[in-house]
Amino acid sequence: MKVVVFCKSVPDTETRVRLKDNRLDKSEIKYILNPYDEFAVEEAVRMKEAGKVDEVVAVSMGPERAREALRSALAIGADRAILIKDDALDGSDTYVTAKVLVKALEKDGVEYGMLLFGQQAIDGDTWHVPGQVAEMLGLPQAGSIIKLEVDPDAGKAVANRLVEGGEEVHEMALPCVVTCRKGLNEPRYPSLPNIMKAKRKPVQDYSLADLGLSPEEVGRAGSFTEVLSYSLPPKKEAGRKVEGEPEEVVQELVKFLKDEIKVL
Amino acid sequence: MSVWVIADQRKGTLRKPALETLSEGRRLADQLGTSMEAVIAGHNVEGLCNEIASYGAEKVYLIDHEILANYNPPAYARAVGDLIKDKQPQIVLMGGTMTGRDLMPRIAARVGAGLAPDCIKLEIVDGKLKAIRPAIAGKVRVEIGYKSDIQMAILRPNVFERLEPDTSKTANIEKVPFEPSDLDTKQRLVEFVSKETGRPELTEAEIIVSGGRGMKAPENFALVEELADLLGAAVGASRAAVDAGWRPQSDQVGQTGKTVSPNLYIAVGISGAIQHLAGMSSSKFIVAINKDPDAPIFNVADFGVVGDLFKVVPLLTEEIKKIKAQEG
Ligand SMILES: Cc1cc2nc3c(=O)[nH]c(=O)nc-3n(C[C@H](O)[C@H](O)[C@H](O)COP(=O)(O)OP(=O)(O)OC[C@H]3O[C@@H](n4cnc5c(N)ncnc54)[C@H](O)[C@@H]3O)c2cc1C
Ligand SMILES: Cc1cc2nc3c(=O)[nH]c(=O)nc-3n(C[C@H](O)[C@H](O)[C@H](O)COP(=O)(O)OP(=O)(O)OC[C@H]3O[C@@H](n4cnc5c(N)ncnc54)[C@H](O)[C@@H]3O)c2cc1C
Repeated sequence: MKVVVFCKSVPDTETRVRLKDNRLDKSEIKYILNPYDEFAVEEAVRMKEAGKVDEVVAVSMGPERAREALRSALAIGADRAILIKDDALDGSDTYVTAKVLVKALEKDGVEYGMLLFGQQAIDGDTWHVPGQVAEMLGLPQAGSIIKLEVDPDAGKAVANRLVEGGEEVHEMALPCVVTCRKGLNEPRYPSLPNIMKAKRKPVQDYSLADLGLSPEEVGRAGSFTEVLSYSLPPKKEAGRKVEGEPEEVVQELVKFLKDEIKVL
Repeated sequence: MSVWVIADQRKGTLRKPALETLSEGRRLADQLGTSMEAVIAGHNVEGLCNEIASYGAEKVYLIDHEILANYNPPAYARAVGDLIKDKQPQIVLMGGTMTGRDLMPRIAARVGAGLAPDCIKLEIVDGKLKAIRPAIAGKVRVEIGYKSDIQMAILRPNVFERLEPDTSKTANIEKVPFEPSDLDTKQRLVEFVSKETGRPELTEAEIIVSGGRGMKAPENFALVEELADLLGAAVGASRAAVDAGWRPQSDQVGQTGKTVSPNLYIAVGISGAIQHLAGMSSSKFIVAINKDPDAPIFNVADFGVVGDLFKVVPLLTEEIKKIKAQEG
């Protein structure tokens, strides 16, 4: 069985966001492989190590820097990668992103048994793309999983979704879509030899034309939603800070809870 | 032209975010001068229709089938999505439960409509929906505009105000036939492993008490739990506490955990790393208890107590007990 892992290049979690002319100022941002996608790559590579999967393909849509995210996936253990890169893709909403990813799968022709995603990309934060891809391809889907058992011979997978108050256990026929989150596994730190090896693994580039798409179908032009404006969230002012004898500070805290915000 | 709400139910009960979403749907419909209608999918859920109507739905589309008894993404998406394609509502809303976050993208893809998730405010501008939502881990706020005729949004739980239900209303129900497809039978919820604690769900809780590495050991979380139970609160944790194995993954608040918006968030022995703040900085009030006066959590706290949590928390619990006893 072959599997595909979807990898997005995102700003590092430590990034301080700045705005310029009502848009994101990207000049000082450091980019990483989306942390949620690390769980997905790790899971795919573990399936390969367990002999259940024979090829792990990493796919990213994004600008040139997305190549680095793909290298990270290859260093964890993906076998080859696909980068979909085209200036016209800028401003694509989630629907367009899903459409383009589906086209890339068709173009490559990989016969996948499973598509693995992160639960969310930590920049757009929508959680949309996996479900959109699943619907476009007509596949079962289990989102936000913390446990996965795959039986390629029987053609099925069992996945535990972390939901309010417990876990939903879903049984799915293959091929299927899963989205991965923390709790599923502990992603490894790639070793230096594996990082070196990753540099020699194949990365296939696709342009829009390669995928048979026109610029009007993607980017801002092809999207159903657009980001109209950015603003910084209202700054939370630091309030009171009290120090002193525990008995006294607790009295003040109780007064705050009871009289000021009235939760007691 | 109408505003639709997909009413999320589980095991025959409407979810709290569904009630908030119905309330917001009603407000938007009033602004647009149009009707608010709801869809409910499930099995043997007709009994919920009057409750839906009590939040102002003028019509309830009921899709009842055995295969919809539990959450089934392809079946739910087809059942609701095809009805949307048929009736062409202008706006479709759903609450941001784990079902809502999972299902709405599928429906949006099926319908071919724009979708904005995790919305904290919705506006009507020139007759069209505009959605306001945080992104990049809460570091920015964006306004999302739509180019599709059907405009879809997922609402962050605990943000939109719930209307007083009018229980005198009875539902105007329209039953929608549904036949499972091949794809629907390729997925099945085989078990629900309950991890109920008797406490409210983090994303829906009014008050949350969270503990971090400063708790030092798993058994010390009894302090946090006692305070939480006294306040009717949920218990949360930092990633450090979860990774140490002191708390389950489902308790984690932050960038790789849950995003919460309670009225009050009490952070105990949590430093306030940027990834933790990502999940809780939109809380209405924040209280921090930390022995380090320079801990970054104090930068966002409305009330900060600099002190040893092992002294402060038991005293606080005692004081609250006294107050509760006085109230009888
Ligand atoms: C601030 C901001 C707000 C936005 N708000 C919206 C909105 O409300 N609605 C909307 O439709 N679009 C929105 N977008 C656009 C959206 O972010 C892009 O379409 C993006 O390409 C995909 O969405 P996401 O980052 O939210 O990914 P998610 O759907 O959260 O990603 C989930 C998983 O899908 C896979 N994936 C996602 N993107 C890629 C990719 N480029 N290459 C490979 N795999 C990928 C990864 O496995 C990832 O973990 C917004 C963008 C920004 C910058
Ligand atoms: C990609 C990524 C994602 C992440 N996602 C998350 C996430 O979702 N959620 C999250 O929480 N973190 C997340 N983190 C981790 C985050 O960076 C911090 O490491 C973590 O939040 C620290 O947890 P803490 O505050 O409990 O521990 P610490 O930072 O160690 O803080 C412990 C605090 O307890 C105080 N303390 C100690 N003893 C006492 C006492 N007796 N009385 C009072 N105070 C005391 C100390 O002064 C200190 O401030 C993420 C990191 C990365 C890189």
